[in-house]
Amino acid sequence: MPSARDWMIVAAARLLENQQRVLVGVGIPNIAANLAKRLQAPDLVLVYESGVIDARPARLPLSIGDGTLVDAALAVIPMSELFSHYLATGWIDVGFLGAAQIDASGNLNSTVIGDYQHPRVRLAGSGGAAEIATGAKKTIIVMEHSRDRFPAKVDFITSPGHPPGRRRADGRGPWRVVTSLGLFGFDDSGRMGVMALMPGHTQEEVLDLSGFRIPALVDPLPVLPEPSAQELQILQDLRATLPGGTQG
Amino acid sequence: MSKQQELADLIRESIQDHMTVYMAGFSHLIPFAAGHEMIRQNLRHLTLCRATPDLLYDQMIAAGLADRLAFSYAGNPGVGLLPAFRHAAESGLLALDEYTHAEMICRLEAGAAGLPFWPLAAEDNDLSRLRGRPRVACPFTGQDVAVVPALNPDVAVLHVQMADDEGNLYVWGLPGDIKEAALASRVIVATAEKVHPADSLRHLRDYLMIPGFRVKGVTEVPFGAHPSYATGLYERDTRLYQEWTQLAKTDEGRQAWLDDWVRGVPSHAAYLAKLGENYLDALKTREGGFNRALSS
Repeated sequence: MPSARDWMIVAAARLLENQQRVLVGVGIPNIAANLAKRLQAPDLVLVYESGVIDARPARLPLSIGDGTLVDAALAVIPMSELFSHYLATGWIDVGFLGAAQIDASGNLNSTVIGDYQHPRVRLAGSGGAAEIATGAKKTIIVMEHSRDRFPAKVDFITSPGHPPGRRRADGRGPWRVVTSLGLFGFDDSGRMGVMALMPGHTQEEVLDLSGFRIPALVDPLPVLPEPSAQELQILQDLRATLPGGTQG
Repeated sequence: MSKQQELADLIRESIQDHMTVYMAGFSHLIPFAAGHEMIRQNLRHLTLCRATPDLLYDQMIAAGLADRLAFSYAGNPGVGLLPAFRHAAESGLLALDEYTHAEMICRLEAGAAGLPFWPLAAEDNDLSRLRGRPRVACPFTGQDVAVVPALNPDVAVLHVQMADDEGNLYVWGLPGDIKEAALASRVIVATAEKVHPADSLRHLRDYLMIPGFRVKGVTEVPFGAHPSYATGLYERDTRLYQEWTQLAKTDEGRQAWLDDWVRGVPSHAAYLAKLGENYLDALKTREGGFNRALSS
């Protein structure tokens, strides 16, 4: 029986198109991008902020600097070049990120839970997330759906989303959010809305588990197709390449 | 003139209390052997800089070496968070100079170029709002550009796959921010998996990262990046990265590990002997094709 996490990974993987250059973040985006490359997007260009261009990892990479990303890559370049010459200049099609918190405008927090000076939980921080969220042509965000993770106001804005009252004019910024409950987009005012639900979930659950109102962007709301046997098999095969004790 | 020195002497002569130090390497080539020697020498009040503090800085923070940390991503790669960093940050024991990756690297670019600041494409976030991020008007177009200040560490410590007796440093695999961090620093010291005779590596010119005239001293330290990896030579010891997250949850756990594996062993050679030859053999990169191509 596939888990809610599996469904989320599969739904996120389906959003990637063949030949896109995708800058892949740690965690679920990393698994989903590697899944997409083994499914509908074999020529997906996996780019990692460590400076890896067009990775072809033999196994599921554990982190953005994993040696398996280096081994068959087209190139490994200095991070200064990756950020300045490729990301900031518009050569990345999709930024693919996770976060601890998101708000209605798609602002992301990956820095602290609580106050910055006296945090309840000190998280890892931005890394390249702030630049990826603003430099990629569009951003896909993947995260579990809970009231803590969808607050009215994020505890800290690590990666800015859409500006107040409007969607970014240049098309950049948050484009889709995939959660354990559904698929979300952003309306012309730059506010998050529901586009589709995960099978077995309802709009009431979305409202219950979010600290802000999330309207439906279409009526009636479609239900996302369940993961296929092939998608789940390849996901399982990918996970089997991880060392023991690692969450995939 | 030979730049080879014993590791303990190299550290003692290059790094003193209160200095600002950048232990370089990105995912691989993290100078663990040099960092552990710094712990053994009981250095204090350091400002540690690294885009990605990783396990090494968690151990150095746990050992009480650092007053301040300049960084941009403090996670345990592929595992989770860094327990000693978390504890120090959550209880206010460590001053933080926090940046994003692009900002951190631009700080090094400025430092390496001998300029006071560096421009970059950056929108404001809560980090820049808290810290303040000056912007300047382009004198040619009037365009408003964000800038970050130069970072000039006193010392950069590198680990590289290959060096020669004159301190020329050769790297392959991820370059990360290694070169920028080294050249931004006033003094560069390095450990190397293998140190070759002077003038014997000229055929590897494409892999030269730092020319010897910028390097103060170098020392041969096999497995000097363990438990991180060295592309083409050995894999990351992921088991140790995973175990640290568990055993380092408490200060007792952290100090016990440091006593056992760092303060309780006299040298990196003794650390390797304690791990055992079979254990290290299992980490060695099996194909080695890249290394064969390099040495031919």
